Amino acid sequence: MKYFRLIWKNAWRKKIRTSLTVLSVFVAFLLFALLSALGFAFRGGVDVADAERLIVIDKISLINPLPMSYRNRIAATEGVESVTHASWFGGYYQDPRNQFGQFPVDPESYFDMYPEFNMPAEQFEAFKRNRTGAVVGREIADTYGWKVGDQIPIQATIWTRADGGRTWEFQLEGIFSTDDPRGSSALMLFQYDYFEEARAFGKGTVGWYILRVSKGADPVQVANAIDLQFANSPNETETSTEAAFAQSFTKQFGNIALIVTLILGAVFFTLLLVSGNTMSQSVRERISELAVLKTLGFSDPAVLGIVLSESILIMLMGGLLGLGLGWLLIQGLAQQMAAFLPGIFLSPAAMAGGVAMMIGAGILAGIFPALKAMRLSIIDALARA
Amino acid sequence: MSDILAKLRGVSRIYQKGKEKVEVLHELDLEIPKGDFIAIMGPSGSGKTTLLNLLGGLDKPTAGTVNVGGAELSSMSNSQLSHWRSTNVGFIFQFYNLLPVLTALRNVELPLLLTDFSSKERVKRASIALDIVGLADRAKHYPRELSGGQEQRVAIARAIVSDPSLLLCDEPTGDLDRETADEILRLLQVLNREHGKTIVMVTHDAQAADYANRTLHCDKGTLEAREAA
Repeated sequence: MKYFRLIWKNAWRKKIRTSLTVLSVFVAFLLFALLSALGFAFRGGVDVADAERLIVIDKISLINPLPMSYRNRIAATEGVESVTHASWFGGYYQDPRNQFGQFPVDPESYFDMYPEFNMPAEQFEAFKRNRTGAVVGREIADTYGWKVGDQIPIQATIWTRADGGRTWEFQLEGIFSTDDPRGSSALMLFQYDYFEEARAFGKGTVGWYILRVSKGADPVQVANAIDLQFANSPNETETSTEAAFAQSFTKQFGNIALIVTLILGAVFFTLLLVSGNTMSQSVRERISELAVLKTLGFSDPAVLGIVLSESILIMLMGGLLGLGLGWLLIQGLAQQMAAFLPGIFLSPAAMAGGVAMMIGAGILAGIFPALKAMRLSIIDALARA
Repeated sequence: MSDILAKLRGVSRIYQKGKEKVEVLHELDLEIPKGDFIAIMGPSGSGKTTLLNLLGGLDKPTAGTVNVGGAELSSMSNSQLSHWRSTNVGFIFQFYNLLPVLTALRNVELPLLLTDFSSKERVKRASIALDIVGLADRAKHYPRELSGGQEQRVAIARAIVSDPSLLLCDEPTGDLDRETADEILRLLQVLNREHGKTIVMVTHDAQAADYANRTLHCDKGTLEAREAA
C-alpha cells in the first residue's frame, strides 16, 4: 500500500491516454456485465434445476400432449415420490407482444413440487377454492401492475374455448415469488380443471409430467422404468432430469454461451492490445526514472510489481466502473424484460469472475513492459538519460 | 574500529564493446577515510563514473574487491546490492533525476518507502531533509515548479533522507550556473563538515573540486592524487 501513491501518480502521468484506456476497459466490462446477465437468463433454468425432479415429455416432441391416464401409472412407478403436471397455454395479455408463460396446473401437487415458490397461505387457499382463479409471479404482477382481486383476460393463441371464444377470464387470487435470486417467477398458473372443462379440444391430456424421485432412488433408473412402461404405446415418453430438459429448451435459441464467449473474446483481445500498448509506452517514457528507483534501492521484483500494479490499477478503474454501471442497468433491464426473458441477473460469481478477469488482463497487458523495467540495466539507462 | 569507509583493491573494470574489450579501470587501489570529501576529475571516458558506480554498488568489478563500510560489494547479489544501496549510499546526479509526477516532499520520501517507517514518520523525516537543504517551503511543489538549483537541493535531500554514510555525486553542478553551483557545493560542504557525510564527487569543474578536501585525477583507468589548494 505504501507504493500506492507512486503507482497512482504514474498511472495518471498522461491523463488523456490513461482516460482513453480506462474508457475502453469500462466499455469492455460493461459489455461483459450485460452479456453475462443475458447469458444467465438463457441458462437460468439449467442452473436452478433440481436434480431430484424429472420431466416426462412425449418422445417425439414437447408439443405433443400426453394422456392424463399416465399420471397414476407414473405415480405407481417404483422410486417416484410425487407427480404433478403442467401444459403450455401460450396466450397473451391485451397485446400479442405481452407474452409470458401461462400454465394450467393442479395447484396442490404443483406447489408441492416447487417448494421454492412462496405465497401467503390465504392466497393459496383462495386460489385452490376458485375454479377460475390464477396466481402470478411477482415479476409478472409488477410488469402489468396487477394486484390480488383483479380480473385478467388472457387471449389464447392455441386453446380456443368450447364456446368458440378465445378470451379466458381469470381472477387473480395470489402473487408468488421465489427466494432463489437465480430463479424466475415470471409465469402465470391457473386451474387445470377449469382449462380441461372449458377448452374445445385436447381433452384428457397434459403437456408434460413432473415427478419427484424418492430419497435414495436412482433418477436414471426411475426415468428408464417410466419410459419402458410406455414403450410401443401411441405416446412413448422421454424422461430426463429437469436440468437436461432446461438445457434442451435453451438450445432452441442457439448456443448462447458460445456466442457470448466469442463476443467477449474479441472484446478482451482488443482490450489487451490497447492497454498493453499504453503500458509499453508508459514504461518507454520513463526508463531513466525506473533506473533512478533501482539506484535508490528498489529491488527488481519491486520494480516489476510497481509496473504490474499500475497495469492492474488501470484495469480495475475501468472494469469496476463498467461492472458497476452494468449492474445498475441490469436492475432496470431485468424489470423491463421480466415477462419476456425472466432471470436476467448479474450473479456474484459473474462479478467475481469479472474482477478476476480485470486482474488477469492487467497482468497480461503489463507483464512484458514490467519485465523490461525489471531487467533494465541501471548504468545503461542512466547513461542514455 | 577502522577509519576507512571504502577500500578498493586491484580493481579492474573491462567492458565488452562488440568484439572489443575496453579496460576502463586498471588494477586500481583506493582508500577513502570516513568523513572525507573527495573530488575526482579527469577527461571523459577516463573511468570517473565507473569508479562512482562501483563505490555505489551499481556495477561490479571485473577483477579486484570493493569494500564499503565493511560490506564486500563485489561478492553481493543484485538483490543484496539493492538493499545495501537503500541504506548506505545516497546518489546525486547531474540532471537531478527527480520523478516529475511527485512533489518535492514525495520525491524525498522515495528511499524511505523501502523502510518500515510509518507514513507519518516518513513524511516527518522527508520534511527534515528538505529543511536541511533549505526547501521546507517548497515541499508541495512539483519539480517543474522549481529552479535547477532547487531541484538539485531536492535531489540532495532525497540522497540524505535515509541517513547514509556515503554520498556519491556525479557532476552535481554540471547543469547549473556558477552562483547556484557554489550554493550547492557549499551545501555539500556543510553535509560533509557538520553532518559527517563522506562525499565522493565526480566533476569536470576545477572550482567545484576546490570545495573538496582532496582531488584525485583519473586518467586511463588509474588514479593520481592532487591535494586541494
